[in-house]
Amino acid sequence: MATTKPKWWQSPDRESFAVNATAGNLEALEGSLLAEIAAAADEAAIEAVRVSALGKKGSVSEMLKTLGAMSAEERQVKGPAINGLKNRVTEALTQRKAELKDVAIAARLAAEKVDVTLPVRQSPAERGRIHPISQVVDEIAAIFGDLGFAIAEGPDIETDYYNFTALNFPEGHPAREMHDTFFFQPDEKGERKLLRTHTSPVQIRTMEKQKPPIRIVIPGKTYRQDSDATHSPMFHQVEGLVVDKSANVANMKWVLEEFCKAFFEVPSVKMRFRPSFFPFTEPSLEVDIQCDRSRPGEVRFGEGSDWMEILGCGMVHPNVLRAGGLDPDEYQGFAWGMGIDRIAMLKYGMPDLRAFFDADVRWLSHYGFRPLDLPTLFGGLST
Amino acid sequence: MKFTLSWLKDHLETDASLAEIVERLTAIGLEVEHVDDKAGLKPFVIAKVLTAVQHPDADRLRVLTVDTGDGKPPVQVVCGAPNARAGLIGAFAAPGTYVPGIDVTLSVGKIRGVESHGMMCSERELEISDEHNGIIDLPEDAPVGTSFAAYAHLDDPVIEINLTPNRPDATSVYGIARDLAASGLGRLTGGGIMPHAGEGLCPVKVTIEAPELCPGFALTLVKGVKNGPSPKWLQQRLIAIGLRPISALVDITNYVTFDRGRPLHVFDAAKVAGNLVVRRAKDGEKVLALDGREYTLTPEMCVIADDNGVESIAGIMGGEHSGCDENTTDVLVESALWDPIATARTGRALGIITDARYRFERGVDPEFMVPGVELAIKLVLDFCGGTPSEIEVAGYAGHKPKIVSFPLSEVKRLTGIEVPREEALGILTRLGFEPKGLSDVVKVEVPSWRPDVDGKADLVEEVMRIHGVDNILAQPLTSHDAVNGKILTTLQVRTRAAKRALAVRGMMEAVTWSFIPARHAELFGGGQTALKLANPIAADMSDMRPSLLPGLIAAAQRNADRGIGDVALFEVSGTYEGDGADQQRRVAAGVRRGTAKLDGSGRSWSGNAGPVGVFDAKADAIAALEACGAPVDRLQIEPGGPAWYHPGRSGTIKLGPKTVLGTFGEFHPRTLDGVDASGPICGFEVFVDAVPEPKAKPTRTKPKLELSPFQAVKRDFAFVVDKTVEAGTLVRAALAADKKLVTGVSVFDVFEGASLGAAKKSIAIEVSIQPVEKTLTDEDFEALAKRIVENVNKQTGGVLRA
Repeated sequence: MATTKPKWWQSPDRESFAVNATAGNLEALEGSLLAEIAAAADEAAIEAVRVSALGKKGSVSEMLKTLGAMSAEERQVKGPAINGLKNRVTEALTQRKAELKDVAIAARLAAEKVDVTLPVRQSPAERGRIHPISQVVDEIAAIFGDLGFAIAEGPDIETDYYNFTALNFPEGHPAREMHDTFFFQPDEKGERKLLRTHTSPVQIRTMEKQKPPIRIVIPGKTYRQDSDATHSPMFHQVEGLVVDKSANVANMKWVLEEFCKAFFEVPSVKMRFRPSFFPFTEPSLEVDIQCDRSRPGEVRFGEGSDWMEILGCGMVHPNVLRAGGLDPDEYQGFAWGMGIDRIAMLKYGMPDLRAFFDADVRWLSHYGFRPLDLPTLFGGLST
Repeated sequence: MKFTLSWLKDHLETDASLAEIVERLTAIGLEVEHVDDKAGLKPFVIAKVLTAVQHPDADRLRVLTVDTGDGKPPVQVVCGAPNARAGLIGAFAAPGTYVPGIDVTLSVGKIRGVESHGMMCSERELEISDEHNGIIDLPEDAPVGTSFAAYAHLDDPVIEINLTPNRPDATSVYGIARDLAASGLGRLTGGGIMPHAGEGLCPVKVTIEAPELCPGFALTLVKGVKNGPSPKWLQQRLIAIGLRPISALVDITNYVTFDRGRPLHVFDAAKVAGNLVVRRAKDGEKVLALDGREYTLTPEMCVIADDNGVESIAGIMGGEHSGCDENTTDVLVESALWDPIATARTGRALGIITDARYRFERGVDPEFMVPGVELAIKLVLDFCGGTPSEIEVAGYAGHKPKIVSFPLSEVKRLTGIEVPREEALGILTRLGFEPKGLSDVVKVEVPSWRPDVDGKADLVEEVMRIHGVDNILAQPLTSHDAVNGKILTTLQVRTRAAKRALAVRGMMEAVTWSFIPARHAELFGGGQTALKLANPIAADMSDMRPSLLPGLIAAAQRNADRGIGDVALFEVSGTYEGDGADQQRRVAAGVRRGTAKLDGSGRSWSGNAGPVGVFDAKADAIAALEACGAPVDRLQIEPGGPAWYHPGRSGTIKLGPKTVLGTFGEFHPRTLDGVDASGPICGFEVFVDAVPEPKAKPTRTKPKLELSPFQAVKRDFAFVVDKTVEAGTLVRAALAADKKLVTGVSVFDVFEGASLGAAKKSIAIEVSIQPVEKTLTDEDFEALAKRIVENVNKQTGGVLRA
């Protein structure tokens, strides 16, 4: 194009040709303008074309100006032709402008590309963990809360009275010895505090301040002088107590079966209630749960042919009711207790109890629970 | 408690199988812990080695031909035992047999080119002993082709029950048979004892000087006995339950102990000087017991003494000096009653566990004291011959039976199941109780062997366990509306919330020991005597923790020592200010170590995490408090904390002048040294139980929200203040300049530099302003800015930075 002779509309005095708005001229002008528009490489070039065509002195504008001097007949013919030219040029300009904008955006986006495979920092909530003991306590609270039980707690440092005497442990009875109690030094009065060996003292503390009906579960730390893979000097128990005027062994069976089903998240469980002995209950029972232990490191409940001891329970001993200030001929009830750590190990498969208290972050990361995994009955206890 | 099936059948006439017996035992409360039925030994037969020649290719092996009986052709066996020889009779395992001691199922194999069709076994291979010097070598008369287990009396299944401490009656085979018979599994037999008329009085007299420890004592002398080994059947029973046969006299005492739950002691009469005295031991008195160890006694303990001194620790173990041996010709047989509590205490204090103690501390049947001697006399006469004296009985006043008033309705009341009267009374009668009366309330006489039964609930248990717990069907607990009101207390809700909130901040929940080393406790303000365990399980688990921090710091360090130095741990649990029930606090605490920052640790292409510090701990503390429902906008932060913190990099969080809600900071270098930890490490403690309870409100409706229609704006101010001025003071001053318009103040820069002059710093703040009534004019802003500058100046002495 650069080598060809300039067209009339490209000459400095092209206005003078305006009168020559012949059909041929219009066509040539349009072709030339559209080519310029198509060739415009950026917004400035587009603007230049627009000014040269549609600006005050633009070629198209000049042609439009000639319309005024035309006769009516001539205008009728040339008017639409010139206006048509104007419209087509305008549209071409708009379209090219949009195209150029798209290209510019695409170029910017290409330049902004990053390597999205670069790792992001883990959010705190992904790293944080809830200890299995807390999680299982929350699971227990969800289940028993639904059955109308409140959660009760009591102190770790106890008196001999609450830990033993009020719970019908006779002085010197072999059952006391079986508890491997941690003691503190005797005080001036010779009274010796101890670390509670079970959560049962809270039964008495609750009965002392609350009249029946009572329905509580008592999770907490307990202590015995014992240490191996399944015993730890500090461990966790959860205890349940129901006292009213009618609670009996049949009700106890129901509560415990409901609990085991809900806790182990199985549609049914088979439980075996065996007569046993605890000083604070009479009759006393131990409960085995049917399970399948044929797969190493894993226990399945609700199936199999094995039995596993899971908890102890019984009707609250009349002497315990009396110690709680209740008349055993008017009130009756049942209680049960089990190891939180133990049922956590059974459900989630931790092999060694001692690791619970070591705070090894690798263990916590693996066996711990995500902070927002709140156990609920409606959402499933565990995910 | 262990016994064998054949032993049980001495007292129980039954057609029940082993499996049925085992199941029933557990069902009635005698939990079977283990059954060793030796079924694995059934395939082993007695076989005779016919020839034994050297293996062609192995010096230590021999090739045997073995006659396995039943007219089968002899088999070839390769054997490495040094005692393998022609003519030996031993135990043979054919191919296909599982050999327990080597955990192998045999197959026909070639050993160094010679086929072997089975194995001659050692005792260890059969798991009947540790003997492995050679294969089993039986007497010549052992019947070839018959069961080895039957020949060796190893086919009597051994049952072990896990006995609860309340059942002294079931420490005997007879008592166990009684329970089974009561449950309908057979008939109780073999209880009767024919007394043997003695000749003359027992020449050794008994004086009870401690009747409170010994409510009865029976003694007899059998003269002219020959104390050899006891009969094979008795020895086998004792071996089966894990006892070592010693001699007929000693074996008899063990037999009666297990058969009838009646521990006995035998003295060699020739070694007893004078009469016997039952008394408390003198302080420091010593005795060499039958276990070969010397024990030092105290007056708490009861002994049987003669003119030589202590001959026996009452109810626990006899003395070596007067023990029976093969030379014993005259034997004194003792059957006494010992106080259960004193026996338990003595046994515990001396650390002696014996079958006698096991029974006495549960309480033996007082009415069987004399029959126990009679049974022993019968056995002594059977096994050793001799002539018994009459039985000397001292101190025994007879048994006064307990009578329990038993409304039969109690069974239904406590268990929920109706047991017909005849059945309930039948159960009790079969167990030895004597129910009397025709009314709904029967008087039940408790047998002398059931000291555990005191009241009607105990009788309910007897009826329930024999009737069958499985017969009680589950019944839903009826719903009580709002039995307990709230399910969780405020403290419990806060504990849960604090745990979740801290975990959301990337921290991991630890559960650490409640007891910590004394030096750690002392570093954190504890260590008082009242909180020291008298019998800690380990020296470094001696003191109840005054704070969760030492345990967490130590835990973080343990992780660091394993190569994971960037850890964030928290715990929400108890600490102990004293030993009172109200002195246990509920605390949320956490530590961060290394670069375990909120938004990640370690290096990253997007920026490296710096070391943790006081502000990380402060943020955690405030987050925990917020989760606990503390009014975080009203908290005051005071510089400095308890002595275990870095004095210049720690703070105390208060609500009002008195309530301390928490502390936070980096740690004092001496603290870290004291707990053997290294930094960077920071931590906090928040007292969950100190956060005020929310006010009871009549409605959960939230206050009405007023949203201003006018645009909020921000203005920056930089003040030059003395270095000692706390940013918190300046922020409060800016906030207070106009409580209506100023809605927030943040500090975006703190700068110290020579240009400001020594002892000066600049604090730049951004003030958020929310017009509420109208859009503010320039004049309004100027006036507000003036008030802010003036108030900051008044409160801190700060001036606007030029």
